[in-house]
Amino acid sequence: MDLDKKYTPQTWPDHPEQVTMEGKNKFLGFWLFLGGETVLFASLFATYLALKNKGPSGMEFSTQTLFELPLVFVMTMILLTSSLTSVYAMYHMKNHNFKGMQLWLGITVALGLSFLALEIYEFNHYVHLGFNYSQSAFSSAFFTLVGTHGIHVVVGLVWFILLIVRNAKRGFSLYNAPKYYTASLYWHFIDVVWVFIFTVVYLMGVVG
Amino acid sequence: MSHDAQVYVKSDTEFNYIKQKRKQDMRGQITTFAIMIFLTLIAFAAVAADFSKYLIAPVILLLAAVQVVLQLYYFMHAKEKNHNVAMFFLIFGAFLAFVFILTFLTIIWWG
Amino acid sequence: MSSIAQKKGFGATLWDYLTTVDHKKIAVMYLIAGGLFFVIGGIEAMLIRIQLAKPDNDFVSAGLFNEIITMHGTTMIFLAAMPLLFAFMNAVMPLQIGARDVAFPFLNSLGFWLFLFGGVFLNLSWFMGGAPDAGWTSYASLSLASPGHGIDFYAIGLQIAGAGTYIAGINFLVTIINMRAPGMTYMRMPLMTWTTFVASALILFAFPPLTIGLFFLILDRMFGGNFFDHTMGGNTIIWEHLFWIFGHPEVYILILPAFGIFSEIFAIFARKRLFGYSSMVFATVLIGFLGFMVWAHHMFTVGLGPTANAIFAVATMAIAVPTGMKIFNWLLTIWGGSIKVTTPMLYALGFIPSFVAGGVTGVMQGAAPLDYQLHDSYFIVAHFHYVIVGGVVLAILAALHLWWPLMFNQMLSETLGKWTFWFFFIGFHLTFFIQHFLGLMGMPRRVFTFGANQGWDLFNLISSIGAIFMAIGVVILVVNIIITVVKNVPVGNDPWGDGRTLEWAIPQPVPFYNFKQTPLVRGLDTFWIEKQEGNKEGMTYAEPISDIHMPNNSFVPFVMTLGLFIAGFGALYNGEKDWAVPVLVLGLAITFASMAVRSIKDDHGYHIHKEDLMNEKGGK
Repeated sequence: MDLDKKYTPQTWPDHPEQVTMEGKNKFLGFWLFLGGETVLFASLFATYLALKNKGPSGMEFSTQTLFELPLVFVMTMILLTSSLTSVYAMYHMKNHNFKGMQLWLGITVALGLSFLALEIYEFNHYVHLGFNYSQSAFSSAFFTLVGTHGIHVVVGLVWFILLIVRNAKRGFSLYNAPKYYTASLYWHFIDVVWVFIFTVVYLMGVVG
Repeated sequence: MSHDAQVYVKSDTEFNYIKQKRKQDMRGQITTFAIMIFLTLIAFAAVAADFSKYLIAPVILLLAAVQVVLQLYYFMHAKEKNHNVAMFFLIFGAFLAFVFILTFLTIIWWG
Repeated sequence: MSSIAQKKGFGATLWDYLTTVDHKKIAVMYLIAGGLFFVIGGIEAMLIRIQLAKPDNDFVSAGLFNEIITMHGTTMIFLAAMPLLFAFMNAVMPLQIGARDVAFPFLNSLGFWLFLFGGVFLNLSWFMGGAPDAGWTSYASLSLASPGHGIDFYAIGLQIAGAGTYIAGINFLVTIINMRAPGMTYMRMPLMTWTTFVASALILFAFPPLTIGLFFLILDRMFGGNFFDHTMGGNTIIWEHLFWIFGHPEVYILILPAFGIFSEIFAIFARKRLFGYSSMVFATVLIGFLGFMVWAHHMFTVGLGPTANAIFAVATMAIAVPTGMKIFNWLLTIWGGSIKVTTPMLYALGFIPSFVAGGVTGVMQGAAPLDYQLHDSYFIVAHFHYVIVGGVVLAILAALHLWWPLMFNQMLSETLGKWTFWFFFIGFHLTFFIQHFLGLMGMPRRVFTFGANQGWDLFNLISSIGAIFMAIGVVILVVNIIITVVKNVPVGNDPWGDGRTLEWAIPQPVPFYNFKQTPLVRGLDTFWIEKQEGNKEGMTYAEPISDIHMPNNSFVPFVMTLGLFIAGFGALYNGEKDWAVPVLVLGLAITFASMAVRSIKDDHGYHIHKEDLMNEKGGK
C-alpha cells in the first residue's frame, strides 16, 4: 500500500485514522496507554490526598492559604478551550482540509503555551513564598502531581509542533492521520486530568 | 490482512451528505463545550459563594465526573463504534483509580 | 532488503540483532538475557544457602548478605522470570493467533532494550559502591536510610526496566485484540495466548503505580522530595501500598503465563482437548481481576485495622476458587488421556502438587490472625518459593523444552532433560519444604546467620543441600543446551507429533514473515483439526499468496534506551558530582532526539513480493 498516496476530499475515508492496520493498532494501543495513565494519575492523586496539608510541625502553608482561584480559573478556561480547538482540528482532518487543521492545531499550541506560562508563574510564585519542593510532604506531593500534568502538557505541545512541522509539506496521508488523531486524544486526556486537578486540588483545597 | 486500503470515491450526494453530517456533529461538539464551560462556572461559583463544604465537595466532584464523561464521549469520540475494547480498559482503569484513592483516603492514616 | 536466505558474518549478525524488530529474534534475545540474569540470580541464591548452611557462619558479612538477598529477589522477579516468560510470549503468541508480527514491532524492540539496560544498570551497582540492601520490597523507611547508592541503582534500574515491561504489555494486548487471523475468535485462542492477554492487562494497570512509587523514591533520595519522611509530614506506608498495588498483580503476571504454558503441555501430551476450556478462560480473567483487589494482605501486620484486614483476607481467599478450578481442569485433562511422559510433561506433572502446596500455604497466610504468626518468618519464604519456583520456574523450564524446537528447529535431549527435571525437582522440595518448619520454629527471614543453640542447624543444612541439587539440575540444562546447539540437528515442524495449535503448523525454520498466507482458523486447536482431516499442509488459508508488508529494522530503540541509561547515572549522582546534571541532560537529550528522529522520519516498511514468496520454502 502506498502510504504517501494523495487523497481528495471525495476519496478521503471517513475514519482516516483507522484505515490501515498500523492506524488501527496505534488507535487501540494509545487508548490502552491512556487506561494505564489513568492509574498513574490515580496513584499521584491518592498520594496527594493522603499528604495534603501534611508537613513539619507548625507549617504555615495549607491549601486554604496558598491557592488563588482567579488564576486557576483562567488556566482552566484556557485548557478547556484548547480542547475544543483540537476538536476543530480533527473536524478539518475528517474534511480533508489540511490548512484548516494545521491552523487550529496552531491555535491549540498557542493556548497550551499560555497555560504553561501561567503554571510556571504560579509555581514560581509559591517558591517565592517559601513553599518550595522540599518544604514539606504536602509541597512535594502538590508539585509532583501538578508538575506531572505540566510535563504532559509539554510533551503534548512538542508532539503537536513536531507534527505540524514535519507534515507541513507532506499534507495528509493515511500514514500521518493516526498520528494526528492520537496526539489529539492525548491532548483531551490532559484536559480530563486537569478537570480533576482543578476540582480536587484547587477547589476542594480552597474549601478545606 | 489485506494490503490495499480500498479507495472509495464518494458520489456527490454522499459527499454532501457526510459533509452536512459532520457540520452537525461539530455543532454538537460546540454545545458540549458550552455545557462544560457552564459546569466549570458553577463549580467555581459554588466555591466562591462559600457554601458549606459538605454541600460543595460532592457537587463539584459530580460536576467534574460529568465533564469528564462529556470529554470522553464527545471530544474523544468514545460514543462512536469501534471503541468497545478501548472503553472497557479505560473504565477498568478508572475503577482501579477509584479503589486506590478510596484506600489511600481511608487506611493510610487511620490505624 | 532481500528475503533470500544468506550466510552472514558475525558483525552483520550482531547488527541484525541490534536492529531487529522481528518478534522471533527478540524472543531469542529475551531468552538469552533472561537466562543470563537467571544464572546470576541463581549464583546469589547459592551464596545465601552457603552462608546459611551452618550456624554462626561468616562466609559473607551481614551487609553483603543484605545486598545479596535484595539482588537475588529483584533479579529473579524483574530480570529473569518476567523476561523469560516474555521470550515465550514473543516466540509463540503471534504464531498461535496467526499473525505476521506483533502490533508494534518497533516498540517490541524498544521494550527489550529498556529491560536489558535497566537490568545492566541495576547490576552495575555491584561494581560501583555496593548493591541495594533494603530487600526486593525496598520499604521506604529502610531504603531512605540506606547509605551509598545501592537503592538509587534499584530505583532507576527498575524504572528503566519497568518502562520496557509496560511497553511490552501494551504491545501484546493490541496484538491479541487486533491481529488475530480470520476465524480466531476470542474463545478459540489457545490458553497461552489468553494468559498472555490477561497478564498484559495486569502489566498495563500494575506498572504505573510502581512507576510512581519508584519515582517518589528517586525524588526523596536524590531530588529533595519528602513523600516518605515522617518528620516532614510524609508517610512511609504510601510506599508499601504503591509497591504492593503493583507487587501483587506482579505475582499473577508471572503465574498466569505459567498456567498457560502448562495448559498447552497437558493438552499436547495427554493428547486430549483441554478439559473445561471456557472455565479455564473464565478463571484466568477472574484471577486477573481479583489480583488487583488483594494487595493489602502483604500488609496485615502494618495495623490497617480489623475492617481493612477482613476485607482483604476474604478477597485473598476468594482467589483460591478460580485457581482450584484450573487445577481440577488440568487433572481432568490428563484423566483418560493417552499420556506421553516427555520432559515438558514431567514438569507439568511435578507442577501440580508443588503449586497446590504453595497455594494452600497462601490461603493460610490469607487468614489475617494466622498471618501475624507467620509474617516475616521462613514460612513466607517457603510459600513464595513454592509458588514461584514450583509454578513459574517449572513452567519456564518446561516451556524451554517444549518450544525449543519451535524457536531453534532443534530438540533438546530428552534424557538430559529428564535428569535436569529430577535434580531440580528433588532439590526444590528439599530446599523449600523444610523451610516451612523453620518458619514455624521461629526462624525469621532475611537474617544473615543464626546461633548454634537455636535448633535450626540441621534443617538449614538440608535446605542448602537441596540448593546444590537444583544447581546441578541447571548445570545439566546448560550442558544440554550447548550439546544441542553444537550438534544442530534440524527437526522440522511439529517434532512432538501431537502439536495442537497453529505454531506447530508453520514450516521450520519459521520464515521471517511467519505465514506465507494468513491461515483460516476453524476451531479450537486449529492444527489438530487440520491434522484430523488429513490436511498435509496443516493449514487452511484465508487468502491467496500476495505481497506481504514488513516493518524496517531500526537502530533507534537501542539509542533511545542508551540515552536513558546515561541519564540514569546523571540522576544517581545528582548533588554529589559536578558532572551529574550535564550527564542527566545529555542522556535525556539523546533519548528525546532519537524519539524526534523516529517521528520525523517516514518509515513505511517494505514489501515482500508475491513472486519472491512463490519461490520460497521458508528459511530466515
